[in-house]
Amino acid sequence: MTAVPSPQRAAAPHAALDRAGPWVDRVFRAQATLIYLFLYVPIGLVVLFSFNAGEHTGELRGVSARWYSYALNDRFAMGALQNSFVVGIWTSLLATSLGTIAALALQRATPRVRAIFDAMTYVAIIIPGIVIGIATLIFFVNIFGFVNPWLDFVWKTAGLGTPPVIGKGLHTVIAAHVLFTMAIVMVLVRTRLAGMDRTLTEASFDLFATPFRTFTQVTLPQLRPAIIAGALLAFTFSFDDFVIANFVAGPGQPTLPMYVFNSIRRGITPEINAIASMVLAVTVTALIVVGLIFRRQARQAGERSQVPVAMGIAEDA
Amino acid sequence: MTGREAGAGRRGRSRAVTALLLAPTSAWYLLLLVVPLLLLLVFSFGARAPEGGYAPALLLDNYLALPTRATAFVNTLWLAAGGTVLCLLVGYPLAYYLATRAGSKRTLLLVLVVVPFWTSFLIRTYAWITILGNTGIPAILDSLGLGRVVLINTPAAVLIGIVYNYLPLMVFPLYISLERLDKRLLEASKDLGAGRLATFRQVTLPLTSAGLLSGAILVFIPIMGEYVIPALLGGGKVFFVGNALVDLFLQSRNWPLGSALAIVLILVILTAVTFYLRVGSRAGIQREVSIL
Repeated sequence: MTAVPSPQRAAAPHAALDRAGPWVDRVFRAQATLIYLFLYVPIGLVVLFSFNAGEHTGELRGVSARWYSYALNDRFAMGALQNSFVVGIWTSLLATSLGTIAALALQRATPRVRAIFDAMTYVAIIIPGIVIGIATLIFFVNIFGFVNPWLDFVWKTAGLGTPPVIGKGLHTVIAAHVLFTMAIVMVLVRTRLAGMDRTLTEASFDLFATPFRTFTQVTLPQLRPAIIAGALLAFTFSFDDFVIANFVAGPGQPTLPMYVFNSIRRGITPEINAIASMVLAVTVTALIVVGLIFRRQARQAGERSQVPVAMGIAEDA
Repeated sequence: MTGREAGAGRRGRSRAVTALLLAPTSAWYLLLLVVPLLLLLVFSFGARAPEGGYAPALLLDNYLALPTRATAFVNTLWLAAGGTVLCLLVGYPLAYYLATRAGSKRTLLLVLVVVPFWTSFLIRTYAWITILGNTGIPAILDSLGLGRVVLINTPAAVLIGIVYNYLPLMVFPLYISLERLDKRLLEASKDLGAGRLATFRQVTLPLTSAGLLSGAILVFIPIMGEYVIPALLGGGKVFFVGNALVDLFLQSRNWPLGSALAIVLILVILTAVTFYLRVGSRAGIQREVSIL
């Protein structure tokens, strides 16, 4: 449905790019189709093989849901799933609240403080997960090596009985995940704050709104897409992370990615496919719901689609 | 109390509130980022304790021993560079295709690029084990009489995994820079008699170089720290710095050597980012994509 090109028509600066000639366009289209196949066929195969009745992933031996019931009755898999939910929800809550609060406070901070925070956020984001995992592991081990003898000493002198021992566990995973996701939330909220219409806040003050009302009725609604996107990103990152959790998770408390990774190492069975398919179903449903929410909001506000922002691509348009 | 004193008091209180609001984030950064990175630096000059872990020392031995891990660095660098170039070659035409579609179709196609990116990284990589494994593509090629090939546990498998996982990170900045391109310039180029190819080479490509560079760095940096893809698709034969790090910290427990390796990895990444920012400011990047 391209408009008929005419020599008089001046292109709008941000219109869709003109298509290349029909022949070239066909090549582009074919290539795009291949890329979409490349993106979706592997995922489709994971789901397909999850219904395999046979013992091995690669050979299809009829359709059955046996691996689903096997996975759902697998105590270890379900325990890992529960751990992942606990870690993901706590990470999301902490990262979103701390990151948003910090982003708002940074507006009032001195340029020096802001520069320091920017540097930290930058480092937290570009450093690979594997280095964050190692660094936090070293830190926790040292802290525990210091705190535990001290607790031991205090409990013994006070005659309190068996001293508590602090070690790695889900809390250490949450702490490590919050480091990275908090930085992401901060970037998202700060980008949004920078693009916000200041005249609205001023108008609110001119209309005698208190700072609190201005915040809840003017600032917060404008920040909502960024905050929701941040919360989702934080949860997804945490729920999906293997590398950091592998370093700082406690013994016997694996997260779901750790369980899946270790199962793959032991040999691949359709059970992994069943677990993967269930996770995929949940993710895709959540994505659709969020997409719809954003679309409705955008329509109500009569503005451009916020989907790209929600997907984590911050546009400063 | 004079008005000025009251003002100073309010300002003092407001500063205290700001500090209080920033306190949790600062604590996190300090305790889990600054202190750990400093510990990593200190450890990198230490010695391995007999039972594994760290023993205090001030030695350069760990850095001098790094050449024994050169293979990991070579693998990481060439596969990260190769993966980035492949993502670019696959991603640019796709981004161009997306930018030339009409409104609603374009949104759908864009979302379809992002959806896999939001699904589990581990599962996406796992999917390729079966496809590239001996009962997958090699079996199909064999049954077609094209001879036996081995794909899994080769650099090719790792490259496929990289392109599969990181392609969206390349496509998005490219798409954004193509979408923002001032279309009047393309028309001007056409009016001045330039052909399609000349217009692309002299107008489109230079004007989207910022997106190109953003995409390259967004893909290159995470690949440098990659662990899962080489672990699952490289099968111990194609290993990255990340795999060496996991081995040194969790298996052989040589923390000082691992710390030195991690410090060098951080330095390489910082160099890449600095280079990007240098070239980027010349290419006129205006912080196009600020996240991911």
